[in-house]
Amino acid sequence: MRPILEMRGITKTFPGVKALDDVNLKVAEGEIHALCGENGAGKSTLMKVLSGIYPYGSYEGEIAFRGEECRFTGIRDSERLGIIIIHQELALIPLLSIAENIFLGNEQASKGVIDWRATFERTGELLKRVGLKESPQELVTNLGLGKQQLVEIAKALSKEVKLLILDEPTSSLNENDSQALLDLLLEFKQRGIASIMISHKLNEISRVADSITVLRDGSAVSTLDCRNGTVSEGDIIRDMVGRSLDDRYPPREPKIGETMLEVRNWTSTHPLHAGRKVVDDVSFTARAGEVVGIAGLMGAGRTELAMSLFGRSYGTYVSGEILLRGKPVDTSTVGRAIEAGICYVTEDRKGYGLILDETIRRNVPLANLSGISNGLVVDERKEARIASEYRDRLRIKSSSIAQETVNLSGGNQQKVVLAKWLFADPEVLILDEPTRGIDVGAKYEIYSIIAELAAQGKAVIVISSEMPELLGISDRIYVMNEGRFVGEMPTAEVSQEKIMSAIIRSSGRG
Amino acid sequence: MSQNVAGEGAAGARREGVGQLAFLRRHMREYGILIALVVIMAFFQVATDGILMRPINLTNLVLQNSYIVIMALGMLLVIVSGHIDLSVGSVLGFVGALAAVMIVQWDMNFVLASLICLMVGALIGAAQGYWIAYWKIPSFIVTLAGMLVFKGLTLWLLAGQSVGPFPADFQLLSSGFLPDVIDVRGFHLVSFVIGAAVAALIVGVALKHRFQSRAGGHDDEPFGFFMAKTILIAVAILYLTWLLATFRGFPNVLIVMAVLIAAYSFVTSRTTIGRRIYAIGGNEKAAKLSGINTERLTFLTFANMGMLAALAGLVFAARLNTATPKAGLAFELDVIAAVFIGGASMAGGVGTIVGAVVGAFIMGVMNNGMSILGIGIDYQQVIKGLVLLLAVIFDVVNRSRAA
Repeated sequence: MRPILEMRGITKTFPGVKALDDVNLKVAEGEIHALCGENGAGKSTLMKVLSGIYPYGSYEGEIAFRGEECRFTGIRDSERLGIIIIHQELALIPLLSIAENIFLGNEQASKGVIDWRATFERTGELLKRVGLKESPQELVTNLGLGKQQLVEIAKALSKEVKLLILDEPTSSLNENDSQALLDLLLEFKQRGIASIMISHKLNEISRVADSITVLRDGSAVSTLDCRNGTVSEGDIIRDMVGRSLDDRYPPREPKIGETMLEVRNWTSTHPLHAGRKVVDDVSFTARAGEVVGIAGLMGAGRTELAMSLFGRSYGTYVSGEILLRGKPVDTSTVGRAIEAGICYVTEDRKGYGLILDETIRRNVPLANLSGISNGLVVDERKEARIASEYRDRLRIKSSSIAQETVNLSGGNQQKVVLAKWLFADPEVLILDEPTRGIDVGAKYEIYSIIAELAAQGKAVIVISSEMPELLGISDRIYVMNEGRFVGEMPTAEVSQEKIMSAIIRSSGRG
Repeated sequence: MSQNVAGEGAAGARREGVGQLAFLRRHMREYGILIALVVIMAFFQVATDGILMRPINLTNLVLQNSYIVIMALGMLLVIVSGHIDLSVGSVLGFVGALAAVMIVQWDMNFVLASLICLMVGALIGAAQGYWIAYWKIPSFIVTLAGMLVFKGLTLWLLAGQSVGPFPADFQLLSSGFLPDVIDVRGFHLVSFVIGAAVAALIVGVALKHRFQSRAGGHDDEPFGFFMAKTILIAVAILYLTWLLATFRGFPNVLIVMAVLIAAYSFVTSRTTIGRRIYAIGGNEKAAKLSGINTERLTFLTFANMGMLAALAGLVFAARLNTATPKAGLAFELDVIAAVFIGGASMAGGVGTIVGAVVGAFIMGVMNNGMSILGIGIDYQQVIKGLVLLLAVIFDVVNRSRAA
């Protein structure tokens, strides 16, 4: 098949780092091409070169689109040819309508005066093509993430897209929205629109991709053809991490001790709508050395439960009791919760986890400043020693502990957040989506840390939307739905189907 | 620094040089401001035919800027924590007026009156901080209100009149000099000895610090650069001390300032409180989820600002020897400008005490130098505005190049 895009010998260097080293990428007309690789492998850099964000001259190599050589000086150049990139963090303006967003910078106007009727009409057509039933005048802020993603795609369609690039399009979508999005990509393929999809979700890749290019450490290590159906997830993982990952979860022999944490009848209401119970009469336990999973769909109230337990950081406390080793503990502020030995690793590492402009060294001790100080005075040597220790122990890939966390890849950022909480030395550690948006290799390392903590006799509670992950690492699983715990099962007896059926049977009863 | 690990002989030495240049480029943000102050001073020294660095003018420079510097210390904490305080000029005026009423009209002991004034300042700051920290009302609005309120209260307190003069003892706060116990004609030995001790202390601490962090292997400042910087700072202090000693020695207010600068510098860079304030400004949500009591700290930051504004009010009143309804007018802008020139970020989380102090002196030297040159107040404003803009542009360009 004739290639729509050919990138040859792309090399891009940043001061001190070779981000891309002689990378070749060939995308055939009308195919879905998946780009895989660990965080920091160079996927985003390659796409930035392609879309002109890194202009011609700042890299070596050639780009040919539909047979013609391209020298983009900016994103406008690539868009003019129909190469549209949709970033992981959506670039929509929340308080503008769908129509305004879609035609932002490309207004349907004559002489500067916007033709609103044409705008709304065309928006209506585009929304129909992506399967959205919303009114073009609806504000984007009122849409869920899944629908916002579709608006982004409608925006791409409005620019007559020939090659659509999606950077982890489903990373923050739930199962249904993800499926809908993938179906849409397949439909585009029928109409001859090629796509490049960056993704960590191997099941999605094997479902839609026609071919796969795997990047590792800035080089394209392999291109796999999926059309004859011989590519397995194992093949992809092996190419990504450079070794075969027979087991995606580290082996572990649980040594489960006494009950460490007991939560009784915990109820918490929405911060703005008093009386709306977001966490409704939840009781559960976690034992020493045990990994407890909390399964559920988005919006089930899992994050809200965890944050409300952790210093009442979410919602309004109504009732409930927390016991640690059988004794009631006060967790009414975050400080007291940490003091008591209960820590919470946020699902939103950039928003709630890190001081992005600060260094690794400054971020690691933040939850336990007394651990690096004598009285009020910070012992800077101790701070540096501890930061280095955790950097080595968690294998945080960075130039030094003086590197700012904003420049780290997602997986390494997550490790810094983890380091912060490990240094606070908790008895009970609640991890909220600890592997969201990070690559297979880093995931394995995070699982290993979880196993290690459990082996040390801590109680680890993992909230995750990825069911295979929960099945792989936990000893016991609670199922949460609509603010309540609707099932509890030992992992040995559990399957994805059982969890889903617990959710479905309990839905709509509250 | 990996580039200059390898290499021998001449090649090694050259790389060391390249490394130092690269280091300077990376840390332009910190050193640029100091270099700018030196360049500006050198410029005015030449332009004013040496008047700028004359001992008497140097003393003046310190006195003229003391209240701005004192307030800049508090403002730095406020801005680092992600807020702003527009009320400091009005609070300065109000406290000066309060002092005048208590000391001049009620004949109160000036020490007691000063203590009351500091407390009132802290209370004013606390009152504003309360709404900002616990009710999440934007600091811009709360302190804008405070600015109007205290400007009004100053007028009310003074009944629109100037009140003065103060007793001589009170004036010493601003116009007094360190007493000289050893009599050397035309040379203030005590001041010089103190200055020399401070210089030695700075070198000592810097060396110790360097030695310790080298042992940990986490300092990337090239040795030559470190030595040059430390020696230059020590020499500069010695030289300025010597100049001041040939006049009347250290003004009292310089001692107050120096102690405060040292204390606040220590608090911001070496204590857990400092760490927490930077964390709040960097990402308040993450700080809160790390167990930091963000509300209380924000509250205290404003209370502290109020107290420093009160201290500045006392210094200013003592210097003018009278409290006027116009005292403190637009001072907040000079203070805020000083902090931003010193490299603090509007978004919070970034900035240093030393930067803010240097920023204040950049403004001060320019005021002083342009006045000596006889440049009209109209052009002075324009030039100061442009310098502020330039400093921030420099910062932004520098940061985007680093990224």
